[in-house]
This record gives sequence, structure tokens and C-alpha cells, in this order.
Amino acid sequence: MDMITAALFIVLGAIFMYGSIKLGNGWGSDGPEAGYFPFYISLIMSAASAVTLYKAYADKSEEEESFVDKGPFKQVLSVLLPAAVFVLGMQLIGIYVSAFIYIAVFMRWLGKYALWKSIVVGLGVSVALFMVFEIWFQVPLPHGALFNPLAIVGVQ
Amino acid sequence: MEEISALFQGFAVALTPFNLLLMFVGVTLGVIIGVLPGLGGANGIAILLPLTFTMPPTSAIIMLSCIYWGALFGGAITSILFNIPGEPWSVATTFDGYPMAREGKAGQALTAAFTSSFVGAFFAIVMITFLAPLIAKFALEFGPPEFFSVYLLTFCSFVGMSKGSPFKTIASMMLGFALATVGMDTVTGQLRLTFGSQELMRGFDFLIAVIGLFGIGEILDSMEEGLQFKGAAAKIRRQVVLETWATLPKYWATSLRSCLIGCWMGITPGGATPASFMAYGVAKRVSKNGDKFGKGEIEGVIAPETAAHAAGTAALLPMLSLGIPGSPTAAVLLGGLLIWGLQPGPLLFVEQSDFVWGLIASMYLGNIAGLIVVLTCVPVFASILRIPFSIIAPVILVVCAVGAYTVGNASFDVWLMLIFGVVGYVFKKLDYPMAPMVLALVLGDRAEDSFRQSMLMSGGGLDIFFSNYLVGGISGLALLLLLWPLISKVIGKKKAAAA
Repeated sequence: MDMITAALFIVLGAIFMYGSIKLGNGWGSDGPEAGYFPFYISLIMSAASAVTLYKAYADKSEEEESFVDKGPFKQVLSVLLPAAVFVLGMQLIGIYVSAFIYIAVFMRWLGKYALWKSIVVGLGVSVALFMVFEIWFQVPLPHGALFNPLAIVGVQ
Repeated sequence: MEEISALFQGFAVALTPFNLLLMFVGVTLGVIIGVLPGLGGANGIAILLPLTFTMPPTSAIIMLSCIYWGALFGGAITSILFNIPGEPWSVATTFDGYPMAREGKAGQALTAAFTSSFVGAFFAIVMITFLAPLIAKFALEFGPPEFFSVYLLTFCSFVGMSKGSPFKTIASMMLGFALATVGMDTVTGQLRLTFGSQELMRGFDFLIAVIGLFGIGEILDSMEEGLQFKGAAAKIRRQVVLETWATLPKYWATSLRSCLIGCWMGITPGGATPASFMAYGVAKRVSKNGDKFGKGEIEGVIAPETAAHAAGTAALLPMLSLGIPGSPTAAVLLGGLLIWGLQPGPLLFVEQSDFVWGLIASMYLGNIAGLIVVLTCVPVFASILRIPFSIIAPVILVVCAVGAYTVGNASFDVWLMLIFGVVGYVFKKLDYPMAPMVLALVLGDRAEDSFRQSMLMSGGGLDIFFSNYLVGGISGLALLLLLWPLISKVIGKKKAAAA
């Protein structure tokens, strides 16, 4: 994993360098061109990561113990994947309804809570969010690009 | 004495009922943030930043800084009662704090922790009051090369002081700089490194990175550990507080030492975490009871807490006087200042003296408010931790998403936050430090500007960074720190060879 990350850094550095060269990484008529600074930054990043990559390669023993065990990795994914679904939901149907569904499902599925408890907590958090942001601080949060479920209760 | 009268004016600004209320609200929110695993000072402030947009700048920054104090206090509660450091800088507090709680001395440990936090912060604030205006006055003479050399010093000290691989520190820092260049170039107006993407035109906002790296990354990390909280019962009786206070003056030497370590580590961006460890280590070596450390020695609580608070507070000194934050949290505060159109740096003391002194005065008051809140409400805060993680985790995630969205009202930012979350998780597992990346993201534009201006002045020669004693001295120190890992290795080898 150490090696993969270092390699990713190098690739990223190369992409940035490519972009910087396209912008011009040299000395223009009015001083350093736009790509000058990012070019050298990315160069340093790639060089430093090359050393990390080499070190990780030379010291393989550390690499043998796995980055993360299967069980914990599942746990991590069980947070990450629903979170991604939640963010998608936030974009499509607005934050309030998707937050409610996300919290309730999360509690029921991972926390093994009773259905009513999950619904109460999810609903409570959503309503609290709504009160704080829409009403007290007047900061609009996404209501849904695809479909606004709150339209039913009259919130545009 | 100029400072004293300015400070009193500051108190007049800070002491309105509205601002006092905000202090207590801020401290309480901060403690909650500090207590909850997965939320820390930096991303807590990042999330709550949008809520302050409707307030006047002074009130807003008072509330935000009080959240910061609260978060510093909150970390101690979880360390002592639950053996879970709520913040990285309270790890050292668990060594002796938790054993004390298990012996039934939770009240003493908490009182000692809170009081020493207060002492550390107070010491650092006094230092800020008298030093910051001087440094700012001095820095008014700075030109672009001087500023760039100070930036260089800031970043090189990360390399010099990091415990892990210096190459990882450099890579992480450069990633921050590279991400900072994405978007509109401030000098030529060209779009840079957006690769045709419209979403990237706005560039990467460091607040999103902070929320992702420190918030989401932390949740993923604690999920892997399958957190379970079992803690000692907490109640602080007045009797215990008074008795503990009576014993504290005995440890004045430890406190003073830790204050100095904390201030030093806070100004140079070592940060609160190494400061707390260093103070603990020094106290252990110097103390008569050194061998009892780790088994519930009160000095082992005093030293790291004092240093962490002194460092956390001292980190605001370079932010106010030079515009260079000493910690990620100070960086978020700086981001807040920029949003209100205040340019942190030497001119702030001249142009916005009301604001600066109001903030400094609120630091005194905010810490007093913090001490009152934590000493009276520990049981309430401790009960937050008994809420199971399967409820806390999704709620924190929703709050983080809201925070990320409100920064720029863009859904794309929420996706970015998730990506930064994964990056944060991987960084943490592989020992890539995150603070240099965040600071590079914040300071990237300004560092680049001052670099380009210096290059214009010199016509492309790097010798401008050594053109006079001041800039040469700072640059030289920076290079020394940059090469420190190498130098210390050589010295170590020589010593080994001699022995």
C-alpha cells in the first residue's frame, strides 16, 4: 500500500507537471509564467515520492503485514459506501430526506436498533437541521435537483 | 504600555452581552466537538464557519475562537474518563489521567487538567498581547523576499520537526501546494490545471479538505477500530476542586516549563501534539517522581495539558502578526478572517485594531468562560460519549456534509469532501502528516505570490533570499531545518561510532 500511494503521488505529480508545461513553466516577458511554480512543486512531490517508493521497495518486510484486515476493511466500507449513497441522495432529493433515510438505515443496519428508534433519531436530526439552517440562520441547503420531496409540505 | 490601553479597549469591544453569550455558546460547542470522536477543532470550526456569516466579524471570530478553546478543553475529558484522546494533543494526557480516574481520582485529574490548560493558555495570551504588536510592527518593513523566507521557514520546520519520514512530509506538503494552484491564477488570470473541468475552476477550498481529512478520515479510522466506550463516572465536587487547586502551586516549575515548551512549539508550527509529548517527556525526566509517571501521577496530567494549550494558543501569534497560522485550526480561523475581508498580517494591527484587540481580549475572557463551563458540566459532556457510535457516526457525517456544502453552495464539494476523507484515512494509516498539506493549501497562493514577486525583483535569481542579514538569516535557518533530519542522522552516527 505504501508503494501504491507513493506511485500515485508520482503519477499525480506527472499530471500536474504536464498541465504546468502546457501553461508555460518558464520565464515569460513579465516574469515567471503561470506554470512555473506548480511545475517545480510537482517535481519536488514526485521526487520525494520516488524516494518513498524506493524505500518501501527496499524494505519489503513492512509491506508484508497487510494494510488493513478484511474485517475492519468491511467496517470501513460499510461507512464509506452508504456515505456515498447519501451524498448522491443529497444532490438528487435534497439533504433533509436523505439525511433521515441515511441515519435511520445506518442505525437499523449497523446498530441493530428497533425500527421506531431509528426513525425517531433520523427524523429528529433532519428536523433539527432544517430548523437551524433554513429558519434560524437562513442558510439554504440543497432541496433536491431531481425532485424536491419537501414540496409536498410546501417548502420550495 | 500602549498595549495595555489597547487591550482595555479590546475588553470594551468583547464585553457586550451578545459577545459574552457567544463565548459561552462557542465554548460549549467546542467542548462537544472536542469530546466527539471524529470531530476536532479544525473541522469543527470549518463546519460551523457558515453559521457565523450573518454576525459582525468581531463577534464571529470571538465565537470561532471560543470553539477552539472549548475543543482544547474537551479533549482532556475523554482522555481522562474514557482513555480515548478526543484530540491528538490529548494522547499524552491519557498516560496518567486515565490511571488516576481508575483510582477514583477523576475529579482531581480533571481539575488539574482544566486548570493547567487554563494556565497554559493564559501564559500564551499574555505573550501574544505583548509580542504580537511588536512582531507586526517589525513585519511592516517586510518585502516579498522576507515574507517568502518566513513561509519557507514555516514549511521547512515541518520537515525538520516531523517524526516520520521527511519525504512523506514533503510529498504531503507539495500536494497541498499543487492543489492550491488549481483554479484561477491570481497574477495572470489564467485558468490553471483545471483540465477543462468547470467544477475545478473555483479551485480546492481548504475548508473542504479540512472537513474531509480530519472529519471523514477520522470516522473511517475509528470505524476500523470498532470503538466501544466504557468510562469512569465523572462528578466534580467543589471540595475536590478546591483541594486540587491548593496542591497545584507545588508544581509551578513543571507548569512554567510546559508553558515555555508549548509557546515555542506553537509559534514554530510544531503544533500542540508534539508540544504535549515533549512537555510530558521533559517533566518525566526532571521530576522527582519520574518513575511514577504513567501510573497516575498528577504532574503527568499537568505537563501535557499546559503545553498543549499554550501551543494551541501561541499558534495564533504568527497568524495575527504575520498572517501565517501555526496550526491547522489557526489556518481555519485565518480562512474565516479572509472570508470577512480581513487580511491577517502586520497591517491588521494598524487597520483593524478594534478587531484585533477585541479578539485578544476575548481570548482572556473565553478561557475563563471555558474553565467555568468545563468545571460545571463535565457529567453532561461525558454522557455524550455514551451515545453509541452507530448513531454518532452517521450524524457526524451528515453534519460534515452540510458544512462542506455551505462553504461554496456546491454539491461537487461534498464529493470532494468524501475523496479527501479517503485520502485522510490512507494518510493516517501510512503516516503521512496532514497538517503540512492543509497549511500548504491555505498558504499556497500567498507563498507563490511572494515568490513570484521576489523573482520579479531579482530578475530570476534565487540570491535575493540571501540579499541581506534578515532575509538571509531566516532563509538560512529554514534550510538548516530542512536538512535537520539528515544532520541529526550524521550526528547520531558519529556518536554511535564514538561509543
